[in-house]
This record gives sequence, structure tokens and C-alpha cells, in this order.
Amino acid sequence: MAGRIPEALADACADVSEAGPGDAVAGVAPRFVARPAGVTEAAAVLAAASSLGMTAVPRGSGSRLAWGVPPTGCDLVIDTLRMNKVLEHAAGDLVVRVQAGVGLDQLANVLAEAGQRLALDPPAAAPRPGPAHGTTRPGPAHGTTRPGPAHGTNRPGPPHGTGAGTIGGVLATGAAGPLRLRYGTPRDLAIGITVVRADGTVASAGGKVVKNVAGYDLGKLFAGSYGTLGLIVEAAFRLHPQPAATSFVTLDAAGPDEARAAVAAAAGSPLAPSAVELDRPARGQPFRVGVLLEGDAEGVAERTARMIELLGSGAAPPCPPAQPDPPASPFPPGWWRGGAAAAADGTLIRVAFWAAELARVLGAVDAAAAAAGIDPAVGGSAAAGVLYAAVDEGVPASAVARFVTDLRAEVGGGGGSLPGTPPQPGSAVVLHAPAEVRAAVDLWGPVPGLGLMRAIKDQFDPQHMMAPGRFAGGI
Amino acid sequence: MTAQATRGTAGAPRQMEGAAEVAGAAINALVPQMIDICGRRDVLTDPAELATYECDGLTSHRCSPGLVVLPTTAEQVAAIVAVCARAKIPFVARGSGTGLSGGALPRADGVLIVTSKMRRVIAIDQESRRAIVEPGVTNLAVSKAVEPFGLFYAPDPSSQVVCSIGGNVAENSGGAHCLKNGFTVHHVTGLEVVTPDGELVWLGDGTGAAPGYDLLGAFIGSEGTLGIATKIIVKLTRIPEAVTTLLAAFRTMGPGGAAVSAIISSGILPAAIEMMDALAIEAAEAAVACRYPEGAGAVLIVELDGPADDVRRETEAVRAICEKEGAYEIRAAHDAAERTAIWTGRKSAFAAVGRISPAYIVQDGVVPRTALPEVLDRIAELSAASGVRVANVFHAGDGNLHPLVLFDDAVPGAEEAAEEVSGAILDLCISHGGSITGEHGVGADKSKYMPKMFGPGDLDTMQLLRCAFDPAGLCNPGKIFPTPRLCGEVPGVRREPHPLVAAGKVDQF
Repeated sequence: MAGRIPEALADACADVSEAGPGDAVAGVAPRFVARPAGVTEAAAVLAAASSLGMTAVPRGSGSRLAWGVPPTGCDLVIDTLRMNKVLEHAAGDLVVRVQAGVGLDQLANVLAEAGQRLALDPPAAAPRPGPAHGTTRPGPAHGTTRPGPAHGTNRPGPPHGTGAGTIGGVLATGAAGPLRLRYGTPRDLAIGITVVRADGTVASAGGKVVKNVAGYDLGKLFAGSYGTLGLIVEAAFRLHPQPAATSFVTLDAAGPDEARAAVAAAAGSPLAPSAVELDRPARGQPFRVGVLLEGDAEGVAERTARMIELLGSGAAPPCPPAQPDPPASPFPPGWWRGGAAAAADGTLIRVAFWAAELARVLGAVDAAAAAAGIDPAVGGSAAAGVLYAAVDEGVPASAVARFVTDLRAEVGGGGGSLPGTPPQPGSAVVLHAPAEVRAAVDLWGPVPGLGLMRAIKDQFDPQHMMAPGRFAGGI
Repeated sequence: MTAQATRGTAGAPRQMEGAAEVAGAAINALVPQMIDICGRRDVLTDPAELATYECDGLTSHRCSPGLVVLPTTAEQVAAIVAVCARAKIPFVARGSGTGLSGGALPRADGVLIVTSKMRRVIAIDQESRRAIVEPGVTNLAVSKAVEPFGLFYAPDPSSQVVCSIGGNVAENSGGAHCLKNGFTVHHVTGLEVVTPDGELVWLGDGTGAAPGYDLLGAFIGSEGTLGIATKIIVKLTRIPEAVTTLLAAFRTMGPGGAAVSAIISSGILPAAIEMMDALAIEAAEAAVACRYPEGAGAVLIVELDGPADDVRRETEAVRAICEKEGAYEIRAAHDAAERTAIWTGRKSAFAAVGRISPAYIVQDGVVPRTALPEVLDRIAELSAASGVRVANVFHAGDGNLHPLVLFDDAVPGAEEAAEEVSGAILDLCISHGGSITGEHGVGADKSKYMPKMFGPGDLDTMQLLRCAFDPAGLCNPGKIFPTPRLCGEVPGVRREPHPLVAAGKVDQF
């Protein structure tokens, strides 16, 4: 069996195997899987793949492997899970340097020992049992557990579709959760990055100090690049102290206007919320608004009381006096990080907009959904201008496509309401979708600056060997 | 007045005489087109006028530009750049000219595009916490414009009264308060830019979650080498409910440094932590009579902001830490006037050094915060061994050092000795895992240090980005990278229209 593995590849990396059915990337079956243990092996793997003319797709834990367009070529999967070392945790400097395959959960445990955290909380996709979707070829896709060791080793397969993901995967997809309001997304917290280019060249940018303006910040470019510019092998991050106390203030808002008022009041308050989230599982239900307050116990208690007063009294008209005392809890409500954004199957759409447009965007979601005859779950980081819409798997592709098209016209078209705004002041990107939906609608939609993005791709990966076709505009 | 940052070396750029004449003829040929675009008044050709733009805040690097244009609209900037691109004439953008690394150093064979006439605050969106401004608007003017809405623009470089937002974008400017709030790149969510071939393109859409590669993040901090920003969407921050500034005086630097570490490890994240040593304090006293506590070998300034109750408790905690670490006097400012009194000494420190030394070099380097005590010791050793005095002013919270290397430019060899110490400090920063610049940028000044911090593969890869934006190498050439990369033809399998032409198609609405 090993005889079929090209010599150059086998020489490059101690752990290369033939791919099994569970290794498919969004339905595209690779021939081989390489598991480099570090930068040197990763560079050798890519150099070998390049010399063999093999297309390559990076993979971490696989939790977001189904995001994006299926690759047009996938000879080789580069699995980062053996690159799982926390290289340096400089607690006094609030900085950590890790290999790309380190899991977010694994890292959180290490950091917690020093009372610190990486302030990223992307939704952990929770797959439902059931038939695989999104495949055009046989074999399970994301959202299912990988069947046994199919690759000739006795290591259990990566837990596809589960968990918060790896550092490399979270960086590559730019995935972020409620904390984005205060701490931003992976690109905001990464302070250094090491990548391997398609030809095997290793390159670092940034470093391990937070304040640093030497050279171009390649970390920004690679964050959210879906593996199309190269393989992320190491990254350094700024850390924050773990808050001693947390509090979640929640309330129900009857409609889009009430939801907008509550979100704006919380986000515009001087109470320094770490997150302001919204969730509505189905039309006809109220919008659930949740506000996260963090800090020392006393401070959180005081701010919780003030937030309850602010949201409950209607102090910021037209804030709804829906509940005289919105409930608060030290624990997140069940829907926190578990709403629409966590949908592992079906179609998941990320909508970005200017926060003041919240009511209009919620109205647009409902109008587009009604016209398409569907009822997506809606939720996300409303105060940060990011919402997710999740459409169930069984919904006809034509209806989903119509929904996405209508939504795009509303949030992305027509320019902003203010002078000087960009012509396309918002977007609706399909993160993952079943194959039938992918065939019916462009997942990325219009992307300003696409010409420059193509030029960047051509510079970094002139032969288009890295995750080809996964990105916007066929990149 | 010699009290200036004189950071020149023998290798500083000087225009070559013969080449300048040829370049001059090529540039003169552009003048009629530039006048068509901007109008006669905003195209400067008089040598005396050109000379006023010969340097930015780093006065040791000087070069009179071939031509200066002062556009007022984005379309004019695009047209100017298109003319330059067609004629293959290099161009350099300049905001207020306060940069400290020669990033806006003009070229004798090039056009200097000055954005100081583009000063409109175009729109403010209170609920989205965004403002749209032109690049020539000063940093402080943004905060002033949005103050009535209870908002401010967080990055606050020391030059914020005069420095422009466009320049901040180019340099990814920070400021004293970036410890808590981050840098320009965390507070800009959209840019309309003119690409190096003269197309107007939006990078980012104001939301902070635009689809595609993060061109916005890559552009910010690229020191004007990827294009010229013509509109900037800034993210605004809620003005904190309370602000308290503490000044703690220590007899020596050691305990002050220990206090910084203790504050950070207690889980408190102050808005700013600044530190000055005895020599810097002496200079500040001489210049602005800031009346810091008598006998201080080190002063620590800690600013806390946020919800009022949190700030009150954190202030008490920081005070207790400073006392425990040996502070012999602590002052607290609760209103703007008291805060100003404390900050005056710190903010005047650079200029104040002119009172105690005829000339000096402002250095900018970064080390991991925990390495600060050791690096400061090593700087003291360097100073003692060379006889070159070094005053230390720094953003202690993030390990960003601003050593002021003092010398007398009337003494032969003194500048060279100061240069050597200044360079050795950067070596210290690199060997401790830090950076050669925390906020001033690489520019024309530090490109020679880039190979010490980055390997050939790193620099080559960074320049791929440059090649994607500016294959002809006309946009602020000669900055950041010691050796330019020849972009050449991409040996790709694809043969498409020029990528930037494609960009134009996509982005023209």
C-alpha cells in the first residue's frame, strides 16, 4: 500500500498515508494525507507536492473543512494535527506561540492555568446524526464522525465536524464568536505568523510582541484566506486575563425595531459589554437579546444591575419596556454560541452590515425568507454587525438560492445611507451549504477588490496548487 | 535650533546630480497634466516651495521632491497616480509630515502627493460607531468631531494634534493608550484607496467582516507602499465613564519595573502604563517644569478607564501595588486639568531633551514586557561603556522603548558614537525577541535593520504582496525593504487581463 505513495512525498514526511473515504474535503476525495510534525516537515511536504504537481488542501480538526467552495483539485490533504505543541506561553507578557494544529480547547486549558485566555469563542459546530450531505462523491462529509482508521495507522481519525477547531483552522477561516464585539476576530489577536508557501518557502511575519510595525503584516492576509495562500504552521497571539466573573443579561424583544433598540442601548452604554448577541430560532418567536459583562465580581455585579435597569426601564427610547427586570445569570443562556451560527449542516450564511442597520437587515432577512417560503434561524453578534442565518438541510436549493440572492440585494446593494459609504456596504456569504445549494448560488457573492485578490493569489501561489477554487472568484 | 532628531548616517539617501536632471525633465513634462487635474495653485514647482517638503518628522533624511501636488478629491488623486503610472514616475504620499522614520521622504525623480487639503469629516454614524473621513483630517479632529455623540477615536499618537489619519493608516499608528485599545488596524474598517496604477478601490466595507482576503489589514501599516488612502472609515469607541491617572515615583527603575509586572499579572488592563527614567525626568523638568516628585529615579504613569466603579477599585489596587513595590509618592488625577499636569512631563519628553543635549536620536524598539528590566540594564551598560548618555521614556505596558540617545553635534565623532549606541539598542531588542519598531515604522530609516529581524524568505514573501499591488514599483519605492524584489511576470498557468484591470472592472460602480 505504501508503495503507491510517491517517493518524494514519503521522503518529505514520516507520516504519509493513502486517503480514506473520511478524508474528503467538501465531497472531493484526496489521494494522500500527509501529517507533518513541524515547520521543517511541512515545508518539505509542500516542496514535494509542488514538484509532483499535486494540489494540496490544509486541514485541522475538520470542524470547518466544509466551508467554502469544494476545491477544484485535492491530491493531498495536509493534516496539521501532529503540529500540536504550545511552543511558548509567556504568561508575564500575555503572549502565546503555538503550532497550527493546537486545538482551541487544548490551548484554553493551558492558558487557564495561568488565569489567561485567548479571547476567541467561535461557535463549536454541533453535528446532528444523520445522512451526510454536501457530497457529490461517496463518503462522509463534514458533520459526521470519521469511520475508524482508514489510513493505515492506528491513530483515530480527527473528530470531523466537532469541537471549536484548531488555531490554524480558526485563523484560516476567520471564525469568531460573541467576543468579537470587544476583542475582534482572529486577525485582531494574532501578532505573528509562520506560513509555508505552495513551493515550500517558509515565511514569518510579525513576531511575539504585541506592538510591532516592522514589515508587512502577513498574518492579516492569511487570516480568512481558507488555505489558498499557503499553509499556516505557527502563530503567536495576544492574550487577555481570564475574567473573574461573568454575567449574562437577557431579554426578549418582540420585533426588529425593539431588538435594534435593545442592542444599541447595550452596545452604546458605558458598561463595557464584552458581547451583545441576538438569537431567533424561527419566525414568530421573539428575538432573544443577550449581553455579556465580564470583570471582577464586584464590578460585574454593579454593571449587571445597571444593565438590567438600562434595558428594562426603556431608558433609551424606543427601548421596549418589555420586561421590567431582564433576568441575569452567571451562565450563558442555552442559545449562546449555539444558535444559528453553530449550525453544522444545511446552509449557513454570514451577513455583515453596519450595526445601525440591524432592524433593516432583520426585516430584509424576514422578507427574503418569506418570499422564498423558508424559515431560517437567525442570530449572531448584532452589535458588531454580524448575523448568521441557518437554513435546514431539507429545504429546496432553489428556495435557498432565492433567499441568498434577495438578501444580498438588500444588504449589499444600493450603497449606504450615509455619504461616502462604499458602494457595497454589507455582504451575505454562504459559509457552507449542501451540494445542490452550491450548484444554485455563488457562495461568495460579489467581492469588492477581487482583482487585487487574484493578483495576490497569483503572486503567492502562481500555479494555483493551494486549496484551488475554494475562495471568492474561483481563487 | 539643533534640538532635533538627527538620525542620519553617511548612507542616507542623497540625490545624484546627473540623474536628477534627466528625472527633472521627465517630471516637468507632467506639469501640464497635473495642472489640468488639480489647478495651477495646487501644483508646486518652485524650488523654494518644493524645499519645504524635503523631509518629514525625521529631519536627517532630506530630498527635495521633483514636484508637489495638493489634490482635494479622491478622483484627483486617482488621476495624478494614473499619470505617474503611465509615465513610470515614482510617487510618494504625504499627510502632515510628522512621521519619524522618513516614510514620506520624497524623491527628486518623483511626485509628492500631499493630502493635507483633503480634510473633510464626511459622515458620522453614531449607532454603528463609525465615521468616514478624508486622509488629511487630523487624528484629534476626528475625536473632536464625534465627541458630541459620546464617542472618540481610540488610537492617539503623541502627534495627534497635527498628524493625519491617512498617515496613521500608512504607519498603523498606536499611541500611549494602545495597550488597552489596540492600533490603527483595529480601528479602521474600510478604506477607499487609489491603487498604484490609478484605480479607485474599496478595501473593507466598514463592517469589519468584509468577504475575501483582508486587504484592509494588509494595507494598514504598509507605509504608503501599496497605494494611497482617499477615504477612511474609522471605528469609534464609547468615551469611558471614568478616567483616573496615577503618577507613582520610585527611587530607582527596578521597583518601577516590578510594579508594572505586578499590575499586569493582577489581571488589570490599564489604558496606558508609561515610564520615565531620571534623565528624562530631568529634561522634562527643565523644559516644562512638570514638578514631578523630588528625587525620583523613575516615574510611572498609569491610566485606568472604564465604568466608574471598576476604575475606582482598580485605582486602589494599582496604588497598593505601587506602594508595595516601593513608590514613595503617588498622585492621582481625577479631572482633565490634573491629568494634563501629570501627562505634560511625559508628552514633552522628546522635545524636552533638547534642554539637556544639543542633539539626540529618538529610537523606537520593542521588547517583551518581562525583558524590560534586563534590557534597561544593558542599555545602561552600553551608555556607561560608550560615554553616550541615554534618556529612557517608554510605553512600559507593551515593552515599547523610546530611548533618547544624546550627543553634541559640535563634537566630531559624537554623532557616530550615538548612532552606534542607538543601533546596539535595536540589536538588544531583536536578541530579546522584540521588534525594531513599535510605532514609528521602518520607512527610509530602518530598512537596513530589516534583515536582522527577518530572513530572506520572510522579506521575499512580504514583497509578493508589494508585487501584487505595485508590480512596477512606483509607489513610495525605497522604503521598508532593503532590497526591492523584481516582480517580473508571474509564471502562472492563468493568462488573464492585468489583475488591476480586472480590479477596476470589479470595483467601478
